[in-house]
Amino acid sequence: YLPHWNWNCLTTDSQSEKSAVWIMALSRLSSRSNIISRPLSAAFRRSISTDTTPITIETSLPFTAHLCDPPSRSVESSTQELLSFFRTMALMRRMEIAADSLYKAKLIRGFCHLYDGQEAVAIGMEAAITKKDAIITAYRDHCIFLGRGGSLYEVFAELMGRQDGCSRGKGGSMHFYKKDSSFYGGHGIVGAQVPLGCGIAFAQKYSKEEAVTFAMYGDGAANQGQLFEALNISALWDLPSILVCENNHYGMGTAEWRAAKSPSYYKRGDYVPGLKVDGMDAFAVKQACKFAKEHALKNGPIILEMDTYRYHGHSMSDPGSTYRTRDEISGVRQERDPIERIKKLVLSHDLATEKELKDMEKEIRKEVDDAIAKAKDCPMPEPSELFTNVYVKGFGTESFGADRKEVKAALP
Amino acid sequence: MAARIHGGAGAGAATALSTFNPKKLVAPSRTNLPARSSKRCIVAAAGSDASKSLRVGHSQKLIANAAVATKAETSATTGTGHELLLFEALQEGLEEEMDRDPHVCVMGEDVGHYGGSYKVTKGLADKFGDLRVLDTPICENAFTGMGIGAAMTGLRPVIEGMNMGFLLLAFNQISNNCGMLHYTSGGQFTIPVVIRGPGGVGRQLGAEHSQRLESYFQSIPGIQMVACSTPYNAKGLMKAAIRSENPVILFEHVLLYNLKEKIPDEEYICNLEEAEMVRPGEHITILTYSRMRYHVMQAAKTLVNKGYDPEVIDIRSLKPFDLYTIGNSVKKTHRDVPTPYAGTLEEWTVVQPAQIVTAVEQLCQ
Repeated sequence: YLPHWNWNCLTTDSQSEKSAVWIMALSRLSSRSNIISRPLSAAFRRSISTDTTPITIETSLPFTAHLCDPPSRSVESSTQELLSFFRTMALMRRMEIAADSLYKAKLIRGFCHLYDGQEAVAIGMEAAITKKDAIITAYRDHCIFLGRGGSLYEVFAELMGRQDGCSRGKGGSMHFYKKDSSFYGGHGIVGAQVPLGCGIAFAQKYSKEEAVTFAMYGDGAANQGQLFEALNISALWDLPSILVCENNHYGMGTAEWRAAKSPSYYKRGDYVPGLKVDGMDAFAVKQACKFAKEHALKNGPIILEMDTYRYHGHSMSDPGSTYRTRDEISGVRQERDPIERIKKLVLSHDLATEKELKDMEKEIRKEVDDAIAKAKDCPMPEPSELFTNVYVKGFGTESFGADRKEVKAALP
Repeated sequence: MAARIHGGAGAGAATALSTFNPKKLVAPSRTNLPARSSKRCIVAAAGSDASKSLRVGHSQKLIANAAVATKAETSATTGTGHELLLFEALQEGLEEEMDRDPHVCVMGEDVGHYGGSYKVTKGLADKFGDLRVLDTPICENAFTGMGIGAAMTGLRPVIEGMNMGFLLLAFNQISNNCGMLHYTSGGQFTIPVVIRGPGGVGRQLGAEHSQRLESYFQSIPGIQMVACSTPYNAKGLMKAAIRSENPVILFEHVLLYNLKEKIPDEEYICNLEEAEMVRPGEHITILTYSRMRYHVMQAAKTLVNKGYDPEVIDIRSLKPFDLYTIGNSVKKTHRDVPTPYAGTLEEWTVVQPAQIVTAVEQLCQ
């Protein structure tokens, strides 16, 4: 691999001509319009593009709108954003797959709901908002927690029930919270987080912060009554709440057409505007969330329906293939996978080579493995932790186990 | 020997103690009045003898001032107070807290423009505006959830259930989110919410509107429950509940709203975790709360005439129980009769004073 400046010095006799052509071809392959002359040492490994010119990307599908004007399909982005999308989504994917293996190794117990396939929703949403905007979601919360700034170590420690987990080991897979990034969890009861989310939006309006709340739920939860109750109040009081339906088409084992008479979840708000978004396209999600935030701050609630898909079953106890065919899963994986889409965009814009992306993925794998190893070393919570944080401030009352002999503690 | 009295099984404790010698009396120096050791609240005078207080250490840890130990009939004030009805006392407490802290807001059905179905929030909407006194549509599940969500960010909503029975619709939110969020988030979020509402048997309100839900809520970890019975403790408990960082459920009773009493002009708070000694006695301890207090006091009159000396404690704090006061009292009398509202509540029976008298007599034989 000759450095490309050499080709100027070559002679033009026939043999050298061939080599000149060869070298020219090589250099053309390797040169990028944004890379100027490089020192020899750096030519070994071309680094990933650091171009700052904005890139415009068209979303794969147009938006479908209900009672509002859909936003444009052209999304402004940048090299940095594209690469960070790729990196973070690959991290999320790897994390979920690692959680899968940990569950099968019985290091994670109880419930474990995996988000792989749906990463674009988490990533696109984060790109459109700030840490002051609140997100609340149900139990499929690992990746959203990561997107909000959580660390891999906290995730794995919490999943394995260790002290250093984000909820100190007391929450588990379904109860990730991060107060400083306005991530309100992490809820096990289907649909109960939507009124909570509208309450957070109410508090944001009350305190006059110019922020919005994204209350996320699934297509199964979309049939909960409390959702419509909360939507009614939000519309009545003009709350800055955005209801995001992550429609992965299955409510555990029940397909959406078997559970909902009207599976157009974005229209279900009736008087509340809605937008249907391709949830496997991170840029569509980003555009929609940006649009929704502007809308909610001015006009009150809006519903976003993210058309997405999960590769795993509902949870680790569900194989995921009894109610859908493997062909369907692999079909979606081939055609609509969010990471593949970003990869293609990165490659077509020449921001990095295949090899670089593969290297990135290797790095990510190592990062995840390191975090798991560190989390495995973390100790379990102390037995006294059983009784802390039950109340904010204890009363000198006692709490005891069933026989009142074995476990007894004075609440601090 | 301290009595193990835990939620819903006071009757068990009673039977366990019935083997004690009823003639055994404990020396009279009692310790029923806590120390007044807080910064801004008034000290209410005691109704009867106030001996030394053993509760100094305990109450110093707690938020605020202690309860008054009086008989239900006499009012307890130092200097002039003002007379008002129980619902007005609640309203005063609420208004003072809303004045004091802009984070306090009220939400419930018809609390705003209508003034509240029992007039507890009368006038507040005019004073504080629609964003602080919120009329909600009829969706208990959702607005309780919203109150809890708002509390997660730092607001202090007071959620009113028009009737405690309606709060059953919000039971999921109260149990799973309100009670448990502080624990499952590892302490990240506090839920300083107050859920209040009238419950209990009214005058022919029908079965669905006459429920007492204490026993259902007893099993939820993480929430505090208090029941008010007089205008004095209604205002005090309301204020304390709003200031508490824990979620508090304040039980009121429909028939007690029109009770009149003179309460102090100055600001005061009642301790959320403390029981109130209504009538000190020697022979037997009767635990009661809310409306039954009045039935018990009536029965006490009869008992006194018959020669017994009952000690009546209004437990006020249903969760956690004030084991200290109750324990001391039972230690002294070695006998206690929980009235049904303090015991299991699966089936409600409104106990008449005569029944209480009979029960006491049986126990004292």
